[in-house]
Amino acid sequence: MGLIRWVISPWGQSVPSHAAWVLVWVALIAAIFFAVAHTLYVALVAPAKKSAPAAPVAGVPERVPRHSLLARLFHWIMAAAMLALLFSAFLPILGMRFNWVQFHWIAGLLLTASILFHIVHATLAMDFWAIWPDCADVKDAINRVKKFFGKPASEPGRFAKYPLENKLYHLVVMLAGLAVIVTGLFMMKRVPSIFSPRNPYVAFHDLTWGLVYALHGLAGVAFIALTVIHVYFGLRPEKLPITKSMIFGWMSRDFYLSKYDQNRWKIEPPKTSTDTD
Amino acid sequence: MAVIRDVMPALDLLQPATAAEAQRLLADIGPGAWVMAGGLDSFDWLKDRIKKPTVLVDLSGIDELRGIRESNGGLEIGAMTTLTEIASHQNVKKNFSLLAEAVSVVASPQIRNQGTLGGNVAQDVRCWYYRGGWPCYRAGGNTCYADTPVGRNREHAIFGASRCIAVNPSDSAPALIALDAKFVILGSKGERVIDAEEFFVGPEHEITRIHILQPGDLLTAIRIPATWSGAKFYFEKVRDRNVWDFPLMNVASAIKFSGDKIEDIRIAVNAASPKPMRLKNVEAAVRGKAASEATGAMAGKLAVEGAIPLQFNAYKIPLMRNLVKRAISGVKEATWA
Repeated sequence: MGLIRWVISPWGQSVPSHAAWVLVWVALIAAIFFAVAHTLYVALVAPAKKSAPAAPVAGVPERVPRHSLLARLFHWIMAAAMLALLFSAFLPILGMRFNWVQFHWIAGLLLTASILFHIVHATLAMDFWAIWPDCADVKDAINRVKKFFGKPASEPGRFAKYPLENKLYHLVVMLAGLAVIVTGLFMMKRVPSIFSPRNPYVAFHDLTWGLVYALHGLAGVAFIALTVIHVYFGLRPEKLPITKSMIFGWMSRDFYLSKYDQNRWKIEPPKTSTDTD
Repeated sequence: MAVIRDVMPALDLLQPATAAEAQRLLADIGPGAWVMAGGLDSFDWLKDRIKKPTVLVDLSGIDELRGIRESNGGLEIGAMTTLTEIASHQNVKKNFSLLAEAVSVVASPQIRNQGTLGGNVAQDVRCWYYRGGWPCYRAGGNTCYADTPVGRNREHAIFGASRCIAVNPSDSAPALIALDAKFVILGSKGERVIDAEEFFVGPEHEITRIHILQPGDLLTAIRIPATWSGAKFYFEKVRDRNVWDFPLMNVASAIKFSGDKIEDIRIAVNAASPKPMRLKNVEAAVRGKAASEATGAMAGKLAVEGAIPLQFNAYKIPLMRNLVKRAISGVKEATWA
């Protein structure tokens, strides 16, 4: 069993055709296995510690603004597009028959547009660097790993606006997203759409086209696991305040003070509107 | 691509004696089984090594799949009944001449003697890129070699293309749709009966299959209800060689008249799309109208709305327009009606 299905081209060359679809099941089962293992680990080995209610701190409002309305809209539109893409891509492979190609490329364009918006919005209106791992994250991660293995280490610091796991997840999603979007935009030339007639001879040789399809499929399969894991963490009790903040835009002062480093995630004075970063 | 031809590959041959036994075998073997009816198309696929099943299930020894039986004024035709038997059957010729006409223009007399109704409706597309073994969408690949600026697509679809543009080549399919036939399928969960239209699937739904039969399914019979018995029929097939060829396009219509007006109608076209097209918009537009030249012309124009020609098959648009026109305005004069 390989990662890619190979075929013989009309010119007798062995060329990749697409990702091996057994990977759909591998990704799904691996993600569910991870979720179950993590649940058991947290329940049996490292139960979450309840922190005492924090004392009010000057300048920190009762409702700490976390996600602006625009950021939340982007997130949910992107989530809807991603789910539509996953269902339209993989349900036909699993045997469900429907006219999936149109749904898929329309959802793909919606995802592309929402991510372009996100890049502009994050660059101009948000703290662009807040989602990227920094030195403090790396030092904290090393300390946490050392403590996990019982070695002496300093107490890890609190999180910035986004924990390292969140930043790494964003990084992986960004790379997988870049792969599906770039390959997907090229692949649109192979199906008729409102933008252009199909032309399979545009741009690439058979081998390259095969790699484009394989990369698109592999990144798509990766998104199955990434989505399941994302939903799992979004529903975990200790993460629910973060999930709620993606709906309502804010998290409680107690949660903020107990989990986050006020120096690394500075709360600006509340604005008159709820539309904050 | 180097392809070994003319020598049968090694495979297991199973020859069940009953439909139930055949279905069980197909279910047990799964996707590795190849169902052979008349064998006319099967041997090409197998000897060219384009399809590589591990087991050949030969239905020719199943008597219950043969023959034409009368049922409530209609007919039940076994899936293994030959096209010649159908074309020469008195009841078919008298009451459902549309089907007799359709099957009588399939291929050549020798092929009709061996070819079956089940095989005719379930046959695969004729696209030469696909049949040549190229890794196209229908073969599980990621491209269509016919739908390109230089691809040879004169015989391909003007409707319903979705990545694959090959057309359904059956002559009996549009006649069966016009007669509101029901297909009887024996599967693992028992027998199910579906409308003729639902038997065929397009590439937008399933690109590697032309019909709904899944591994383990067996088409056992086709039932033609009495509903359209004795109606006025029209069938016409246009092909490159009149002695022996697949359709460039064909049309079948069944019309009931009330006086001079069309009371009810079913009309279907094949080889215009990856699956046979029932023209419901045309049916709705001509009901209550006279089967005149004007009505036919209107219907023809309506039928081709939304057609998207490929590089080399724009001729199919006027062809379809005229076939539909004749299927309505010419129905009363049709010699076999």
